[in-house]
Amino acid sequence: MREGTERLQSASGILPIVVFVAVWEAVGRLGPFAGQLVFPPFSAVIVEFYHLTANGVLGENFLSSLTRVLIGLFSGSVAGIAVGILMGWRDVANKALGPIISLLFPIPALGWLPLLMLWIGINEMLPITIIFICSFFPVVYNTATGIRNVDRTYIRAAEILGASPLRVLFRIIVPLALPNIFTGLRLEAGMSWRVLLAAEMVAMPTGIGALLMKAESLVRVDIILVCLIVLSIMCLVFEKGLALAERRMVGKWSNHA
Amino acid sequence: MPEIKLVKVSKHICRDIDLTIRDGEILVIVGTTGAGKTTLLNVIAGVTDYRGKVLIDDVDVNKAPPRKRGVGYLLQGLSLFPHLTVASNIAFGVEAKGDSKIDVAKRVLTLMEMMRITHLAGRYPHMLSGGEKKRVALARSLAPSPNILLLDEPTSSLDRQTSKYLRSELLFLLRKLAVTCVYVTHDLREAEEIADRIAVMSKGKLEQVSTPRDLFFDPRDRSVAEFIGMPNIIECTRSRMLAPGVVEVESGDLRIVLPYDGNSLSKIAIHPNDIYLSAVRDPGPALNRFTGKVEEIIHQGVTVRVRVSIGKTVLLTEMSEDAFEEMAIAQGQEVHVVIKMRRLRYVEA
Repeated sequence: MREGTERLQSASGILPIVVFVAVWEAVGRLGPFAGQLVFPPFSAVIVEFYHLTANGVLGENFLSSLTRVLIGLFSGSVAGIAVGILMGWRDVANKALGPIISLLFPIPALGWLPLLMLWIGINEMLPITIIFICSFFPVVYNTATGIRNVDRTYIRAAEILGASPLRVLFRIIVPLALPNIFTGLRLEAGMSWRVLLAAEMVAMPTGIGALLMKAESLVRVDIILVCLIVLSIMCLVFEKGLALAERRMVGKWSNHA
Repeated sequence: MPEIKLVKVSKHICRDIDLTIRDGEILVIVGTTGAGKTTLLNVIAGVTDYRGKVLIDDVDVNKAPPRKRGVGYLLQGLSLFPHLTVASNIAFGVEAKGDSKIDVAKRVLTLMEMMRITHLAGRYPHMLSGGEKKRVALARSLAPSPNILLLDEPTSSLDRQTSKYLRSELLFLLRKLAVTCVYVTHDLREAEEIADRIAVMSKGKLEQVSTPRDLFFDPRDRSVAEFIGMPNIIECTRSRMLAPGVVEVESGDLRIVLPYDGNSLSKIAIHPNDIYLSAVRDPGPALNRFTGKVEEIIHQGVTVRVRVSIGKTVLLTEMSEDAFEEMAIAQGQEVHVVIKMRRLRYVEA
């Protein structure tokens, strides 16, 4: 009975997508733009997806983008978590770094692009740095908030049990702050792809964003749509991947902490 | 086991507290909510700043952090780490000492067996009942083998049966481990069962520190007497054994039968709640039943105190306002008095 209900729920999630694709296909074939390049049907996009994959163009550009996101997101998150822990744990760090973080946090990641183009130049470091900035600030904020919000009584209990300050930090405070840290990571995992696309469109010769711009100049709407679908899927995969990691790491207890 | 001395300790409501907790004794601090009981435990554990001095075995530990004081502390909220299993919670303090993994595992197993929670080893705190949580928290606080154990309301928020069961186990454990223990409760009966000495606290001050018997038979002043429920203290002029384990004591016009297995008694204490009044004579044996006269009626909100004279002896009784209204008794009226036999406290001659 329960299994049946779950299947029904999962089917009801897919149904709107199926309807959307069907409408897209119908409009592409029968609508006012039928047969024109500006609105290809879904099937034409899939065919182009196959071609781009087969000739290696999509794979090559995708790999460039993926590498940039992984490096940028990983380094930004690690640095963000480290600074966030420091700020949440020690008041002096919070007082020293808090105002700077507050000042820089509201600047949209892409706002840094012109400056970084001048400072770094147009090379691999540019999108990586943009993604680093994009993930660093929100992760710092969420981590510091998570660390500060850990119930003081757990810290007190750990201290009484003889734990050193570092042991309290890494065995009690950080694990208890994980739900907050993951919230920041999940948000930024998707956001990093969006920011990357924009950076590549403006300043990079390779990557999904660059492919998108080339397709635009050639009026290849099917390729543009392939790139957007890849982007959408990658945002989803990263967010869901982190959600899965979160469930694995904190799911057993986090709702009851 | 260590002796703990508090010298002129002040924190929050607590003002200039001087207290010595003797080597290996169980000192129970009782008092109403907000009296400062938990504050005193926090001061001993070193988890709060304070004025004054704390000495453990005559060594000033004011500057020692909690982990250096050798204290096990069962916090009122328990604070079991929600992200750690029962076994990991218990292991936490032993690991912090730097023991090897094998020693940690052995110690955890010993404590789980002692507290009979081995079957809970892999569970997380949210999967446990209230009683199980208390056992785990107690095992965790005992795990690093502390010399001093601080217990803050260890049986609170449990149902009566579980609370009673846990209390008897706790007493057995405390005697076995022979640690110096400071135990906080607001339940006087619990204090009486567990304590070597009881400290009565009120508004941040220690009103009296004495053995349970001295507290009941010799309260220092009216406020302590009020806190312990204004027991009726009856001087015994004669006592005789009716049967093995049962004696009859005489005091003025009263002859009270109680379970007692010694030679003779000098005083008995009867709690006002343990004396029942009735406008009509209840059926049953005449044991500990008397006829008296209502001398005074004192309304105290939800309870009513009634002074009843039985010959020359005056007893204070207490009942709920509802029970009083149901009985409809008035000053000067004759009433029937029943003294509950099993709840009597006594002093031997």
